[in-house]
Amino acid sequence: MSEPVTALGGASADNGIATLAEASLQGMISLRGDLTASAVKKAVTSASGAAMPEQGRVTAEGDRALCWMSPDELLLLCPYDAVGETLDRMHKALAKSHALAVNVSDARAMFRVSGARAREVMAKLSPVDLAPDQFTPGMFRRTRLAQVPAAFWMPEEEAFHIICFRSQAQYVFDVLTVAAQPGSSVGVYQE
Amino acid sequence: MSTRLATGGRLLNKQKALTFTFNGKQLRGFDGDTLASALLANDQMLVGRSFKYHRPRGLVASGAEEPNGLVNMGAEGTFEPNQRVTTTELFDGLTAQSQNHWPSLDFDVGAINTHLSRFLPAGFYYKMFMHPRPLWKHVYEPFIRQSAGLGCAPKARDADTYEHFHFFCDVMVIGGGVAGLQAAKTAAATGAKVLLVEQSAHWGGRGPVDGGTVDGVPVENYVDQIISELETMPNVTLRKRLMGAGVYDHGYVLGYEQLRDHAPENPGPRHRLWRIRAGHIVTATGAIERPLPFAGNDIPGVMLASAMRDYLVNYGVSTGDRTVVVTNNDDAYLTAFDLKNAGLSVPVILDARVLARDSPAMEQAKALGIRVMMGHAVASVKGTKRVTGVCVCSQAGEGAVLEEIACDAVAMSGGWSPVVHLWSHCGGKLIWDETQAHFRPDVDKAPMGAQGEAFVTAAGAANGALRLADALGDGDQAGKLAAAATGFKVRQTSCPVGDSPEEAPMMPVWLMPQGAGVKLRSKAWLDYQNDVKVSDVQLAAQEGFESVEHAKRYTTLGMATDQGKLSNINGLATLAGALNSTIPQVGTTTFRPPYTPISMGSIAGEARGEVFQPIRRTPMHNWHDAHGAEWEPVGHWRRPYAYVRDGENTHDAVMRETRNARENLGLLDASTLGKLVVKGPDAGKFLDMLYTNMMSTLKPGKCRYGLMCSENGFLIDDGVVARIDEDTFLCHTTTGGAERIHQHMEEWLQTEWWDWQVYVANVTEQYAQVAVVGPNARKALEKLGGMDVSKDALGFMEWADGHLGGFKVRVYRISFSGELSYEIAVDAGQGQAFWDALMVVGHDLGVMPYGTEALHILRAEKGFIMIGDETDGTVIPQDLGLHWAISKKKDDFLGKRAQERSHMTDPERWKLVGLETLSGAVLPDGAYAVGEGENANGQKTMIGRVTSSYHSPNLGKGIAMGLVLHGPDRMGEVLEFPGTEGATYKARIVDPVFYDKDGEKANV
Repeated sequence: MSEPVTALGGASADNGIATLAEASLQGMISLRGDLTASAVKKAVTSASGAAMPEQGRVTAEGDRALCWMSPDELLLLCPYDAVGETLDRMHKALAKSHALAVNVSDARAMFRVSGARAREVMAKLSPVDLAPDQFTPGMFRRTRLAQVPAAFWMPEEEAFHIICFRSQAQYVFDVLTVAAQPGSSVGVYQE
Repeated sequence: MSTRLATGGRLLNKQKALTFTFNGKQLRGFDGDTLASALLANDQMLVGRSFKYHRPRGLVASGAEEPNGLVNMGAEGTFEPNQRVTTTELFDGLTAQSQNHWPSLDFDVGAINTHLSRFLPAGFYYKMFMHPRPLWKHVYEPFIRQSAGLGCAPKARDADTYEHFHFFCDVMVIGGGVAGLQAAKTAAATGAKVLLVEQSAHWGGRGPVDGGTVDGVPVENYVDQIISELETMPNVTLRKRLMGAGVYDHGYVLGYEQLRDHAPENPGPRHRLWRIRAGHIVTATGAIERPLPFAGNDIPGVMLASAMRDYLVNYGVSTGDRTVVVTNNDDAYLTAFDLKNAGLSVPVILDARVLARDSPAMEQAKALGIRVMMGHAVASVKGTKRVTGVCVCSQAGEGAVLEEIACDAVAMSGGWSPVVHLWSHCGGKLIWDETQAHFRPDVDKAPMGAQGEAFVTAAGAANGALRLADALGDGDQAGKLAAAATGFKVRQTSCPVGDSPEEAPMMPVWLMPQGAGVKLRSKAWLDYQNDVKVSDVQLAAQEGFESVEHAKRYTTLGMATDQGKLSNINGLATLAGALNSTIPQVGTTTFRPPYTPISMGSIAGEARGEVFQPIRRTPMHNWHDAHGAEWEPVGHWRRPYAYVRDGENTHDAVMRETRNARENLGLLDASTLGKLVVKGPDAGKFLDMLYTNMMSTLKPGKCRYGLMCSENGFLIDDGVVARIDEDTFLCHTTTGGAERIHQHMEEWLQTEWWDWQVYVANVTEQYAQVAVVGPNARKALEKLGGMDVSKDALGFMEWADGHLGGFKVRVYRISFSGELSYEIAVDAGQGQAFWDALMVVGHDLGVMPYGTEALHILRAEKGFIMIGDETDGTVIPQDLGLHWAISKKKDDFLGKRAQERSHMTDPERWKLVGLETLSGAVLPDGAYAVGEGENANGQKTMIGRVTSSYHSPNLGKGIAMGLVLHGPDRMGEVLEFPGTEGATYKARIVDPVFYDKDGEKANV
C-alpha cells in the first residue's frame, strides 16, 4: 500500500486573472436511486449529515456535502479516508432498497478556481449564466467545461470547485490556464 | 487630392501621431484614425485592384460596407488577408499591403482585362471553361486558381490567442446609434438586464456626423449624456468593438469582440466570441447608403456622400478640393454643406429629381451659393486612377453630354438601405417600402421563438426610420417592446424629441441616366468587389437566370467578403427592370451570418495547440512517456503503441515486446478498458437482453466473455463480464467504448425498459488496471505477496478481491493474449505505485511493458477478434464464427431478430478465416482477394478482404485474419490478394487460431 496521489500531483497556477489549483484527494460516492424514497433520503442524509439538496443545488455539513446530479443521482462528498466506512453505512441502510452506491473518488479530479475574476474564467468555458445574481454559493451545476463534462459549485463567493474525470485533468487544467491568461479580463460582472 | 485639413476631426487625438506602412511606404496618421482615413490623409486614394478586371479602385465607403479597401495586414504570425481599411483602427507600426495587384498597385498588368471586358461578361467562366474538357485540369484550373482570390493565405501559425464567453441577458441591443441607445435606455429603465453592443469604437452611429438636436441639445452631447446614464445602471452592460455577427434560434446571438486589433501591444486574447442568450433582441443596425449606377462610378474619387462626410467631420480629411455631388435625395446635401463649410469647393449638386418646389435643403444649398441642377445626372466620370471631371446629362435622357465639369471627387447618394441582415438571419421577412425605395423589416413577420412569439425587433434606421426624430421614437418603442416581451413592466415614459429638417421625397434611380445605352451601362458598376456591372445583370436575365439566387451565382453579384452590402438592392432593381418585374417580386438573396467576416481563431476559441482536443491520460501516462512510449490515439485516450528503447526502431520494439510476453512477463496498461457497474434485481435480465450470450446464469466470482449487438444485429462491442454478487455485474467494454455503451444502456433503460430495476454507473476511471501476462505472471504476483493466485484458488475466468503487495486489488483471471494472465484493478490514485511494484518484482522475471501493437499481435496469434478490425459496423457475430457466444436458449436479445433476416443468414456472407502467405510475408491490411470474372463495373470480382495482418515474431511469419466468401469451407485453398505497385500476395486459408490451439498456455 502506498499513498494515493491526485491526477496532477497538486498542480497550481497564479499568473493570470484567477488562481488555479488542483484540490487534494476528495472522497466521492456516486449514488443512484429513487431520491424521493425515504430509505434513500435517510441513507444519504445520515451518511453525510447534510440535508437533501433541491434540484441544481448542493448542501454541506462540515466536510461532507450532497450534490444534486440528476433526478435519480446524487454525489456525496466526504473526506477521502472516510469513503470506505461511509459506503459501508450506506450499503447497510440501503440493503432493502434498489439503489447503487459506488466509490468514484479516484475516477475524478477536482480543481479550485478563485479570485475576483473566477466567474469570468468559468463563463469562458461553460455555457452557464455566471452573473452574481444568477449563480450563487449553494448552487450546483453539471455541465461542460470547454469540450469535456464537468460539474461545479461555489463553496464561497469568488471561488469555484470543479469536478472532472481524472483522465481529463490535464486538459481541464490547461484550458483553465488559457481562460485565465493575463490580459483576458472581461469586466462584465458588477464588482 | 485628398488631404488632412488644418482643423476638424472629432475622433482624432492630434497630440498623438502614429506611423504606419502601406505597400512599403511609411506614412503618418493620428490616434483615432482608421486606416482608411489615414490613407486618405496621405492622398492614398487608390487602395486596390478589382477582382476580375484589375481596375484601379479607391475608397467608396467609411464603414463595414466598404468593398474595395481590403488589405493584407501584418506579417508572419499576425498576417491576415482581406482586412477592411475602413474598420481597421490605426495603431503605431501597422503594416498593410494592397491586394490583387501585379506587379504594383500603380501599374498592374492584369488591368489589360478591363479592355477585354467585352470578352469577360457575366457567366464567362461557365461558358469558357466548360469545353473542351481535357483543358480543364491543366490549363483552365491553374489559370483560375492563380487569378482567383483577393488576399494571400497566411502561411505562418497564428501567434495570437482567442476565447469564447457565454453571456445571458433579457434584452440585447445590437447597434449603438441613437436608436439603439434609446432602446437600451428605455428597456433598462424597466429593470431588464440589457446588453448593448456597438461594432465600432464610438457610440452614436451616424448621429454626431449627420447632426440635428435632441431635446434641443446637439446629438453628440445627447449621446454622451445617455452613455453616462447607462454606465451608472447596474443592469446594463455596454461593449464597444463588439459586432452582433449572427442571430440564431432561441435568442442565441454570436458577438464578435475585437480586443487587441487596435492595440496589438496589449496582452491577452485577440478576439472574443460572445455566445449570448437573449430574451429579446433589438437590431438597431442602421442603414447603408447606396451608390448610383452611372458610367465610371468605380473610378477612385467617387465616394458615397455619407462616407465623404464621415472622413471630413470625424477625421478632418478632405477627399478632394472640388466635389460634385450627385443624388436622388436630400440627405446628400449635408455633404455639400459640410464641404462648403470646411472651405472646399462644390461646383454643382446634380439632383436627379424634378420637384415642384424646393426643399429646405435645396434652399440652404442655394443660399450657400451652390449651383443645384435638378433633373440632372452624371453621364460619365472622367479619369482613370483618379476622377478628373464629370460629364453632365439629363437624368431623363440617354446620356447626351450637356457640359463637362472639372472636379477631383464625386459624392454620390442613391438613397439608404436598412441593414436588415440580423433581422433576416433567423427568418425575419422584409417588405418593400415604395416611398424610401428600400426593403425594411416586416414587423408582422418577425423571427419567431418556440411559442410563435417575435424575438427580434428592428429599431431606427434599420427599421426604415431614417430621420433622427423617427429613429429616436422607434428606438424607444423597440425598448418597450423588448422589455415587455421579457416580462418586465413598462411604464409610460416620455421619449426625447429629435429635431431634423423636413425632407423632400427621394426618387428611386436604378440607372443613371435612365436611358443609358449599352456603352454606358457596361461601365456602370453595381458590385465593386466582384466587378459586376449593370450590363452583366441584364445579360444574366436575358440568358434565363431569372431567380435572384441564380442571377447572383451567374454574375457573382453580392458574393465575397462584403456580401453585396452596397450592390444588393441596385442589383436586384436592375434585375427586376430587365425582367419587367417589380423589386418585391424579385426579392432579395438570403442573408446569412456572420454580418461581416469573423476570424477563424475566434470560432475555435481556446481550442488550439495543446488543448485543441481533450486527450485522456491513464494514471501511468507519465511513466509511459518517460519510458519511450510511442503514442497511439484510441478514442480520446493515448495508449502506448510500443516502448522504443535506444538503438531500436518501432518494429523492433513491437517484436521484442510480443516475444517477451509469451516467453517471460509482459505488463499492459489496460486502464482504458471501460468498466460499467450494472446493479439491480433486474440486472441479469437486462444483460441477457444486451449481450448475445446468457449472462444471468453466470455465478458470482466468475467471468464470461460477451458480445453486444445493435438492434440491427451488428456487433458494436465486446468484453468480459464479471458477476460481483447476486444483483451486481461489472461489464468491461472496449477502450473508447465506455461512454458509448453506458449511453446505450441508459437509452434502453430510460426509453424501453423504464420499469426494470437496474442502475448503471461508469467506474472506468476509478481504477488503474494492469494486465500481468506471460509464463512468469503468477510468480510475479506471488513475489508481491498477499492473496492466493494459484490455479486452484483462482481459476481461469474467475475473479477475486484481495491484497497484493499491500495494495487493495481486484484480480480477474482473464486473457486476451492466450498466456497465463491476470488483469488487476487498483484505485487509480495508486495505479502508478502498483505499476512500479510490478516492475520491481518482475525485474528478475524478465518483465517488459508492452504496447497496443504487441497486444494486437498476441490476440491475432490466438485468433481473437478486435472490435474495429474484424468489425466495421456491417459484421454480425455469425460472420466471425462466434456462434458459441450466441445463446439459443434466450427468447430475445438486441439484434436477435435482425440476425434472422434473410440477408443476415445468407450463406454468401463473407466469413472469418485465418490467412497465411505462402512466402511468409505480411499481407497488406485491408487488401482484397480477387476471384474469377468481373463485376458490373469491369472490376475483378472480390471474394474477401484482410481485416488484421501482422508479422508474428512467435511464429516467425506473417499471419492475418480476413472475411472470405465461403471461407470456412475452403480451408487450404490459396487466394490471390493484389497489393500496390503490381505485387500480388498468395495466401492460404487456415484456421484463425495460429498459436496454442488447445489453450494450454492460459490454463495453467
